[in-house]
Amino acid sequence: MDKAITAFELTKKFGDFTATDGITFDVDQGEVFGFLGANGAGKTTAMKMLIGLSRPTSGMATVAGFDVYKESEKIKKTIGYMSQRFSLYEDMTVIENMDFYGGIYGMDRKLRLERSNRAIVDLGMTSFKNQRVGSLPLGWKQKLAFTVATLHKPAIVFLDEPTGGVDPIARRQFWEMIYKAAGGGMTVFVTTHYMDEAEYCNRISIMVDGKMIACDKPEILKKDYQVTSIEEVFLKIARA
Amino acid sequence: MLKINNVVKTYDNIRALDDVSFSVEKGELFGLIGPDGAGKTSLFRIIATLLLADSGSVAFDGRDVVKDYRYVRQHVGYMPGRFSLYQDLSVRENLEFFATIFNTTFNENKHLIQDIFKQLEPFQNRKAGDLSGGMKQKLALSCALIHKPTVLLLDEPTTGVDAVSRKEFWQMLKNLKEEGISILVSTPYMDESTLCDRVALIQKGKVLQVDTPPAIAASFDRVVYQVKGHDLYGLLEEIRLLDGVHKAYPFGDSLHVYGPANLPLKEMILKRRPVTELEVEVIPANIEDSFMNLMVKEDG
Repeated sequence: MDKAITAFELTKKFGDFTATDGITFDVDQGEVFGFLGANGAGKTTAMKMLIGLSRPTSGMATVAGFDVYKESEKIKKTIGYMSQRFSLYEDMTVIENMDFYGGIYGMDRKLRLERSNRAIVDLGMTSFKNQRVGSLPLGWKQKLAFTVATLHKPAIVFLDEPTGGVDPIARRQFWEMIYKAAGGGMTVFVTTHYMDEAEYCNRISIMVDGKMIACDKPEILKKDYQVTSIEEVFLKIARA
Repeated sequence: MLKINNVVKTYDNIRALDDVSFSVEKGELFGLIGPDGAGKTSLFRIIATLLLADSGSVAFDGRDVVKDYRYVRQHVGYMPGRFSLYQDLSVRENLEFFATIFNTTFNENKHLIQDIFKQLEPFQNRKAGDLSGGMKQKLALSCALIHKPTVLLLDEPTTGVDAVSRKEFWQMLKNLKEEGISILVSTPYMDESTLCDRVALIQKGKVLQVDTPPAIAASFDRVVYQVKGHDLYGLLEEIRLLDGVHKAYPFGDSLHVYGPANLPLKEMILKRRPVTELEVEVIPANIEDSFMNLMVKEDG
């Protein structure tokens, strides 16, 4: 099976500063891959290179089989992306946001309305359909943002701290959406500061100062570091 | 120290704070726990004299925060949720600036922030906007402390901050508390609530419960069954269909299933799904279990 993401010695320098320092890893199709690290460890920079927004200084990487140097436009069409802060238009309604983003991703009107309507039913948001997004609780907004980011059925979705500040129930509902998407074959690349969420990933990586220090299944990392939670693994690695 | 009485605040037709009452004792580390949109920021702004309540009152040191706002401002240290220091000023300049507007100097009160400033010192000439997330947060805390407040109001100081910096930050709060400073701190991280003396759980403008973290966890009125096994998501969907199961949620590397006592959960699961590795164990509820339970009740 082709890998969803491959990275070999991927590096990004800003002047003298090396933000991402030769990271090598790959992600399988349909995998939920947790991308962890302290603030400033280089996660955002690495993610920007993978989604075609930033050109690497050196190294190689492919996303959905496309080269990050030469085929970044193809990558953008193949992936979904949901940013740290809520990225929908607050003044537009739920259905308008879906229609708008579906159009940006090149879906024809019939298809995007069909998928939007089904998604709204699946989300249990029928009564919010014509409500402005700005008036929704954060948990709903994030679930909606995920739906919008995956409406065009991308091969891979990148989620940058999707659950920050979300209540504990909505946070779990969000992860169930992730599982459902992954079960359908979508690859999920996700960053989070909630260590319990790291346990939900098939594999996680931990970055420190631009380098990838660990990358494995949560249960193997816990065994390797002789601790009982990913939080302890993280603290051991990031404080070392 | 801080007494909040029946505070109500509405924006258009949204009730941001709905009859909120609790008090913070002197020297207490008090947590305001709730998700985004619960009303935490509105409450902080009312206490900090930056926003007027529709009704109800807040007293600080026995003085009303509206009438005696000058006194309150002199003695309260407020760290807003958004990074609100001057990005174009250096670390040192920000500290000098905040000291000056409170009629003091950085050197006079440097000892108050010694421990935190030690970590900032190597960067003291760097612009605040160029600091990493963890460092920005340390600078913001220092600026809130530089005029020697008796109470600190910290609005989500650890949101978006990594697990290591969060640990360090809470250690700093503990040290400040030992120096006698009262602290009201809000957070969406349930695990941080266990580090507080007492917490108020807040949702949609309403205080659901105020108590010590162990007491809140103990008030959970069902039994928590911890389930471990392979394919947790598949197990979760299966478990939700079982009779007697109230709710089931993923919890890190296990599931928490809420139900009545003496539920033969393991047998029930095995009947529907003959898996080889399955552990079911009754465990004490934690504060997150309690909070989710209260949230569900509140929603009816």
